[in-house]
Amino acid sequence: MTRVEFWQGNVSVAYGAIAAGCRFFGGYPITPSSEIAEVMAEELPVYNGRFIQMEDEIAGIAATIGGAVAGYKSMTATSGPGFSLKQENLGLAYMAEIPIVVVDVMRGGPSTGLPTSIAQQDVMQARWGTHGDHATIAYAPSSVQECYEVTIKAFNMAERFRQPVLIMSDEVLGHMREKVIVPDNETLTIVDRKRPSCSPEEFIPYRPDPEDNLPPMASFGDGYRWHITGLTHNEWGFPTNCPEEIAKKTARLMDKVNAYRDEIVEYETENVEDADVIVVAYGSVARTALSAVRQARDKGLKVGYFRPVTLWPFPDRELESLAEKAGRLIVPELNFGQMVHEIERAVHGKAAMVQMSLVNGELFQPSEILEKIEEVAR
Amino acid sequence: MPRPEVLDWLRKRFFPHMWCPGCGHGIIMHAILRALVDSGKKREETVIASGIGCSSRMPGYIDSCTIHTTHGRSLAFATGIKLANPELTIVDVMGDGDCTAIGGNHFIHACRRNIGITAVVMNNNIYGMTGGQASPTTPLGARATTAPYGAIDPPFDVCKLAQGAGATYVARATIAQPVLCEQYIKNGIANKGFSVVEIISSCHTQFGRKNNRRTPVDNLNYFKNNSVPLAKAQSMSPVDLEGKIVTGEFVKREAPEYTELYRSLVERVGGGK
Ligand SMILES: Cc1ncc(C[n+]2csc(CCOP(=O)(O)OP(=O)(O)O)c2C)c(N)n1
Ligand code: SF4
Repeated sequence: MTRVEFWQGNVSVAYGAIAAGCRFFGGYPITPSSEIAEVMAEELPVYNGRFIQMEDEIAGIAATIGGAVAGYKSMTATSGPGFSLKQENLGLAYMAEIPIVVVDVMRGGPSTGLPTSIAQQDVMQARWGTHGDHATIAYAPSSVQECYEVTIKAFNMAERFRQPVLIMSDEVLGHMREKVIVPDNETLTIVDRKRPSCSPEEFIPYRPDPEDNLPPMASFGDGYRWHITGLTHNEWGFPTNCPEEIAKKTARLMDKVNAYRDEIVEYETENVEDADVIVVAYGSVARTALSAVRQARDKGLKVGYFRPVTLWPFPDRELESLAEKAGRLIVPELNFGQMVHEIERAVHGKAAMVQMSLVNGELFQPSEILEKIEEVAR
Repeated sequence: MPRPEVLDWLRKRFFPHMWCPGCGHGIIMHAILRALVDSGKKREETVIASGIGCSSRMPGYIDSCTIHTTHGRSLAFATGIKLANPELTIVDVMGDGDCTAIGGNHFIHACRRNIGITAVVMNNNIYGMTGGQASPTTPLGARATTAPYGAIDPPFDVCKLAQGAGATYVARATIAQPVLCEQYIKNGIANKGFSVVEIISSCHTQFGRKNNRRTPVDNLNYFKNNSVPLAKAQSMSPVDLEGKIVTGEFVKREAPEYTELYRSLVERVGGGK
């Protein structure tokens, strides 16, 4: 049975995680993400799951990876300063191909910045925050309903591709209350990680299956013995200095997402077909943008709305063709210009870019975006 | 020669190992494996975790469930694994830098939680892997590449640190006492809660060359000549104990183990119904 709840975004993420089968949470309190940990602390023991408050964010993600290695669907949640602290171990999860979900409820930075105010300053850190190359899957929900939905998807992607998946929420979304229609669990699509079907003697932990190019994963304690390391390793999981083995491993970390890009990428549009200006926005800002776009339409302006739901991989090809038709893009962001660079890359100079930046702890007003639309559309 | 049942625990194809010939860490690996075999552990149900360092390369050689994590963080990973699956036996092997510098916070909190993990701290008083820099256990006055005029930072006593933070089994031996090492690790594994076994190891390559202990034998002789069993130490004056390595079991006490407390919490809230 579907039911209706009136939740904060953070609470919605937590219940989405539980619906996805998450039964392990390791974390450290930080505003504006702490409600996620608090719901998990209350609910997980009831589901015979595991919750642990660790000594810092580094330990929070480490324990979360440990939970995943022992077979659990695992999550950690944090905000700016904690997201910075998690970067090294996030890299280990990419390298060792351990499925986890990491939530960053973005607040203003740099440093301690604005603990209780919104920003979108971590979106490039999501892509490039840990050292070394890897492919990123990152969702940016823009409603409390969507917090629930993308959390389930994030777990499905993590389990399927054996890698971390990020949810880039923000302070406004995390603390805003909205109606959520919670679907019946029976109707959900839930993906569990592929387990080895061979005997323990035959198990090669990083050898991808030929049919999907993705390796199955065993858990510690289920009869398989294997080695996990952050060192670059071969298919057997052991450190290597062999250029061919190194190339194979590092390329696969990119390819496993790139090859399935079309199945991962998500975006939403409104009124783009005949638009000659498109506003591209994500997260909480997309709500303001949509309201401005609708007001502009009411005034007869041919304006469209494009919202990437996955920031990474970015819906570049999809935006490119629309941008070429429209010729002009407006990109409002709560930073001094981060995704705008990715958007520039995506459209290959086929559209003029108008960047809007706001970094004062507040959201744009719809009127500010509307003004910009009117100015650009003229 | 290791016993055949001990050899079974080795990934023999990776030998010779990467440690310098004569490095103390090999003696500790052998002691850990004998302790695991004698404790009746199965390889599939045993996790060897580590951070980063020469000491932390050990899991690669052990044919069980092994995880080589990030520098200093292994106990946080191990805590997650143990909480997820309390049936697993976990031995976390750490260097002195790994354990008491970058990983110091995780170390004291693992002690505080009394989670069922055995930490084997392989203390060679130096950062071996990175070329001989000073560690938090480098003795006052000892030379290191980053303490060329002798260390002025007072060192940690790993066992006192563990005791103060709440570990329920704490012991120390040196690599010159392999049987004692094995016995203490075995006792650590048998303890339900968090155990710390500090083993004074040697790095003739990085520590020895700067501190008049150039060969592996110099180091073993040094440990033999400067170790004092706890019972004897208790009757010695602080002046006489200066520079001595006190060996023995410092803490052996009962306290609720973390995953058992967690299990009773789950039962209390009716979890898993
Ligand atoms: C975050 C981070 N900082 C620094 C290093 C470099 N590093 C590698 S091993 C090591 C110290 C190793 O010393 P110890 O833990 O005492 O082990 P040993 O090599 O002596 O056995 C350091 C500083 C690293 N790998 N990661
Ligand atoms: S450098 Fe020191 S600690 Fe490292 S392998 Fe050589 S002797 Fe052992």
